[in-house]
Amino acid sequence: MAADNKNRTSVSEMIEQQKRKRKFFNQLERMIPGLLLIIASISVLTTIGIIYTLFAESVAFFRNVPILDFFTGTVLKPLSQNPEFGVLPLLNGTIISTVIAMLVAGPIGMMSAIYLSEYAPDNVRRVIKPLLEILAGVPTIVYGFFAFTFVTPLLRMIFPSIEATNILSPGIIMGVMIIPMIASLSEDAMSSVPNSMREGALALGSTKLETTFKVVIPAALSGIIASFVLGISRAIGETMIVAIASGSSKNFSFDITGSMQTMTAYIVEVAGGEAAAGTTIYYSLYAVALTLFVFTLIMNLLAKYISRKFREEY
Amino acid sequence: MSTVMTKAINLKLVRNENERSEPEVEKEVVYDTKGLNLWYGETHALKNINMDIKEKEVTAIIGPSGCGKSTYLKTLNRMVELVPIVKTSGQITYKGKNILDKSFRVEDLRTQVGMVFQKANPFPKSIYENIAYGPKIHGIKNKKILDEIVEKSLRGAFIWDELKDRLNDNAYGLSGGQQQRLCIARCLAVEPNVILMDEPTSALDPKSTLRIEELVQELKKDYAIVIVTHNMQQAARISDKTAFFLNGEIIEYDKTDHIFNNPTDERTGDYISGRFG
Amino acid sequence: MATKYMDAELVGKRMSSRVRKNAGWKGLFFASTLFGLIVLAVLLVRIFTQGIEYINIDFLKNHLSTDASRAGIMGAILGTAWLMVVVIPVTMVIGVGTAIYLELYAKKGKLQSFIATNISNLAGVPSIVYGLLGLTLFVRALEFGNVILAGGLTLALLVLPIVIVAAQEALRAVPGSLSEASYGMGATKWQTVRRIILPAALPGILTGAILALSRAIGETAPLTVLGIPALLIPFPEGIFDTFTALPMQIYYWTIDASLVAEYANLAAATIIVLLVLLFLLNSIAILIRNKFQQRY
Repeated sequence: MAADNKNRTSVSEMIEQQKRKRKFFNQLERMIPGLLLIIASISVLTTIGIIYTLFAESVAFFRNVPILDFFTGTVLKPLSQNPEFGVLPLLNGTIISTVIAMLVAGPIGMMSAIYLSEYAPDNVRRVIKPLLEILAGVPTIVYGFFAFTFVTPLLRMIFPSIEATNILSPGIIMGVMIIPMIASLSEDAMSSVPNSMREGALALGSTKLETTFKVVIPAALSGIIASFVLGISRAIGETMIVAIASGSSKNFSFDITGSMQTMTAYIVEVAGGEAAAGTTIYYSLYAVALTLFVFTLIMNLLAKYISRKFREEY
Repeated sequence: MSTVMTKAINLKLVRNENERSEPEVEKEVVYDTKGLNLWYGETHALKNINMDIKEKEVTAIIGPSGCGKSTYLKTLNRMVELVPIVKTSGQITYKGKNILDKSFRVEDLRTQVGMVFQKANPFPKSIYENIAYGPKIHGIKNKKILDEIVEKSLRGAFIWDELKDRLNDNAYGLSGGQQQRLCIARCLAVEPNVILMDEPTSALDPKSTLRIEELVQELKKDYAIVIVTHNMQQAARISDKTAFFLNGEIIEYDKTDHIFNNPTDERTGDYISGRFG
Repeated sequence: MATKYMDAELVGKRMSSRVRKNAGWKGLFFASTLFGLIVLAVLLVRIFTQGIEYINIDFLKNHLSTDASRAGIMGAILGTAWLMVVVIPVTMVIGVGTAIYLELYAKKGKLQSFIATNISNLAGVPSIVYGLLGLTLFVRALEFGNVILAGGLTLALLVLPIVIVAAQEALRAVPGSLSEASYGMGATKWQTVRRIILPAALPGILTGAILALSRAIGETAPLTVLGIPALLIPFPEGIFDTFTALPMQIYYWTIDASLVAEYANLAAATIIVLLVLLFLLNSIAILIRNKFQQRY
């Protein structure tokens, strides 16, 4: 050791040397924030890309089809000799399937949330919550297959006249798909109501049911409504279940046992067919997609607004 | 420091004793606890508690943190069961019936026994709706009667004059002290026989504390009041009887002036004079 | 006490029905919770009984065929695998980079909150709309054609918000004391990020990335828009090859089941393969979350 003394450099000297070497790296490091900003801006570019694409191609569409005809037309015949492009049949299909889905997912998701948040013992909740997450993780194509090959034949026992493709069966299954979303978001909202509130109500002699409906739910209402709005948005944008199980009838009808087309299913049908770029039918894809995008965007912003604006302060 | 404090308490007690000199009528026992044991899982939180609580009296429960005083209070309206791992043995008779009996409906018990919590917990509703909540769930729908109950309860809690013009405001706009008195009014609206108070002033400033203490003195004319407090002066000021809890046991339970002036158990004296806790 | 408003006897009488009502509703709440799980169980049982006998080595390794008895899904499996090859690096680099920027570099302000708002809005855009973006941008404008690269990039953009949010949460969970200790020794920001914060956040980031990947694998809608051929014989060998994928195969077989009934069973068999794949991925994610997640 003693012999090395001459050559030994102290740690601080080594750090000094290292620093000189690092000059180059330091300059490189100064570029990192900029580099990261560029990466982060990709998500912004994605949004711009979506909006630009939808608008640019829709403008081309509306050059051929008057915008008023599109939004008020009840006839959709894109492939006919004299094509007509009324979006109302698609809007109708979308709204009806969404209503059916929410009739299933709303009450059942809400009641599941109440059970999990207010009634379930800890060990039961620990088992059920991950199982519900599985329900949310099943790909929608699988639900579509299930609706088409299992639920529709099942419904035929109740409605013998039901068509092989109909809006009822995918609507129900879409509802099942949305249950976990509403259950988990509503449960979050209800669980964040402080226990002191429940204690206050129980101490006055309320039953658990009264405590839940008169105190907990009103206090968590904004979060619960937001979860419903997000559920609606999800149903509007859901594609594969309806594309498979509800067929492609473009009639403006209200018969839920018959085939109906949603906006999403229309996009799948037309894009999957051989619609040549530049034709009106090709551009109609973007006009429908733009409508869809605006609808879901409004719903998502609404959900955010509700949960922010009416957030309860305890 | 501690001797000065004790002296101040003593002075106050002497005065109290003079006021109390009228002959005592035998008061009815509301709660009779016999051999109560309680476990949180493995923890033996209450050990062989024996204690009776009488009407028209203020019973104070004092003791260091974790001594089981709040647990005992919450056993009196079975709120303690909200923790699922709780087990009990022994009995607590309320008006002749054992409330720990599984067949005893806890909703009935809680209708007759009101509770005021450590931190004011008004519902996120209007002042009016907070008070009307109890009567409504118990079946009173008539708007006129509800109006009367709201006024009576707020008067009973001495905040009618402060709040009568803003009954539709959200209860969260009130100050901490007002919120706590609102919670007392909410509890009065159900017309209970007993009011349990779990350190009701611990989160309040001295002025609000004083107002609550005055209110307690007023309320005891009609109700049995059990109050858990870590503030010994408060116990001395407002209670008729005091129980000293330590490690889940009752060390001493007697008239308040006896406990504070002449404790039988050495540990009571130590705690009161501030040697621990 | 002056007037009594509460009639104790009446209150007691009403209480019985109130308590019964509570018990009844509790049963209903529980039944509702079970409903979703029962549907899940029925779905799984139905699909497994329908498809399991079609799963054998030939089915897994064969080319596609219109003849149901000879059809196999090797092409779709390879297609899905190649999609993962594109999705994983793209989402990891962009997702983690964006998260690092937002959590560690960006100043709290308009730009940062604009990017964050933008990401949460992107998460709510229907997947089919991403398909149109992919069709317009990757397939047509950049002239990739309907190849794996176009599909992979489309899916990557679709699941990017999931990865970003998961990575942000993981980075946020790293306690400040760790990075302070590193700065305290004179380390630069990037050194601290690379050597201290990222390794500590890695399990959380990986869990999020795997969940995002399993979402991407099951996505069908964007692919339907890109123009994936229904019957493609050659196996893909690189990211510039045309392809099919497991969910696309399920889709085509399902809608053609009205022509050839046996296709429904092939679809069920393919679903089993897809579900097993997703199950494996999720198990890995859970394993990582449980095993390597450090608790501070």
